[in-house]
Amino acid sequence: MASDPDPDAAPAIALEGVSVAFGAGASAYTAVADVDLAVAPGEFVAIVGPTGCGKSTLLNVVAGLLAPARGVARFRGRPVAGITIEAGYLFQQDALMPWKTALANIAVALEVAGASRAEADRQGRAWLARVGLARFADRYPHQLSGGQKKRVALAQMLVRDPAVLLMDEPFGPLDAQTRGLMGDLLLSLWSADRKAVLFVTHDLEEAIALADRVVVMSAGPASRIVAEHRIDLPRPRATADIRLEPRFHALQRAIWADLKAEVMKAYGDQFGEVAP
Amino acid sequence: MSRARLLLLQILVAVALIGAWHVVSNYPVVGDVKNIRFFFSTPGDVALRVWKFFYTGVIWKHLWITLEETLLAFVIGAGSGVAIGFWFARQPLVAAVFDPYVKMANALPRVVLAPIFMLWFGLGIWSKVALGVTLVFFIVFFNVYQGVKEVSPVVLANARMLGMNERQLLRHVYWPSALSWMFSSLHTSVGFALVGAVVGEYLGAASGLGYLIHEAEGTFDVTGVFAGMVVLSAFVLVVDYAVTLIEGRLMKWRPARAD
Repeated sequence: MASDPDPDAAPAIALEGVSVAFGAGASAYTAVADVDLAVAPGEFVAIVGPTGCGKSTLLNVVAGLLAPARGVARFRGRPVAGITIEAGYLFQQDALMPWKTALANIAVALEVAGASRAEADRQGRAWLARVGLARFADRYPHQLSGGQKKRVALAQMLVRDPAVLLMDEPFGPLDAQTRGLMGDLLLSLWSADRKAVLFVTHDLEEAIALADRVVVMSAGPASRIVAEHRIDLPRPRATADIRLEPRFHALQRAIWADLKAEVMKAYGDQFGEVAP
Repeated sequence: MSRARLLLLQILVAVALIGAWHVVSNYPVVGDVKNIRFFFSTPGDVALRVWKFFYTGVIWKHLWITLEETLLAFVIGAGSGVAIGFWFARQPLVAAVFDPYVKMANALPRVVLAPIFMLWFGLGIWSKVALGVTLVFFIVFFNVYQGVKEVSPVVLANARMLGMNERQLLRHVYWPSALSWMFSSLHTSVGFALVGAVVGEYLGAASGLGYLIHEAEGTFDVTGVFAGMVVLSAFVLVVDYAVTLIEGRLMKWRPARAD
């Protein structure tokens, strides 16, 4: 292997034969097996799959929160070792520090990297304005709605200007309308500098509306990638309108054909085969 | 229910209780008035004694001593509870080794330690402070230990992804979490600091509210005992109110309690 490859030329994310197992011995459980996946710089890739198929596991491997049992995860050409702090991670659950205000939650991301308090505050306020929460700087997380908390978390992730964005069903807990608005907000922020994105979701429509490419994973255990579809819908997109396009429906039908079998398999495993 | 109405009902309870006490201790309705006065005194005498406490100024010295012991017991107990709770939570091996001893020490009724503390620290304030510390320490210790252990794994993972190193995690995640648990037990721990002080004074001292009550009891001065109890209760209410104010300032990031 050559010494440091050029990080901007290498794929933003590359998984090479990655398998992840939990536990050991007889009780070991293989979550994902032999996954190969590359995300190009500037590419928006969505992973869909039935619940419990290990989609989030892959994100955690890229983030360095989880070590693969086999295979290599590369981040901008270099193997992942320790926490990948150049990546931004948006969690499904509330991850804001409840004892900090909205502004402090964003500013702290810069402060820990060595920015002055004043500079961190200035950029924090600018980002609050960008996510439409300028008036909510002094609110604590418990005083914000679910959608507002997600906006703060989005600003907290983006204020550090991470090279790559990892998102784990970030809008899953939100209601349908808020989810659509968050998708639009994400796309408008993303289109400003087009970072590579790995976006995990169980919502196929959301995946098609947002992504350049949709990757379908099989039901667990030992899930693999079973299909990939390029989304050739034009950008910029408005997530609510694009769902009405004929091309959207064609893509939805094609991907669902692959996804359906896996969902049924996962469903069967969960509820047992139903005897005739 | 409106505030005024609630207050009215609350006052009504006090009036009814004190009224009943007054009637029973002044008129022969349930028995010999002299006998009842010996055991229960009368509300008028008790009020007069309380007024005398403040009028002559003898009470201030005792109040001040008790307050001083309470504050010292709280500060020392809470400080060591936070420090050791934090340390144990971050060092599972240390926690595992000390676990049986911590449980044993906590199971011990603290009153039995009082004679030892008298022997070690004398009859001054420090034996009372020590008794209060043994009570406060365990409350704060267990809360902080739990608080650091139960930091949300998502908040922690997020903080790591934001690039925080161990030191920054301590400052921005573990420390605020531990403190929030300490403050959530503030009422209990301040209350226990006061209990330690008063019980210590009761068992042997030359000043303080506990001493005042004990002294009155020693001379069968029931009026003095009741007057001391009234002052002590009022003192507890004032301290508790102060704690509520402090808590409101420090915990404003917390959702309001349901109760």
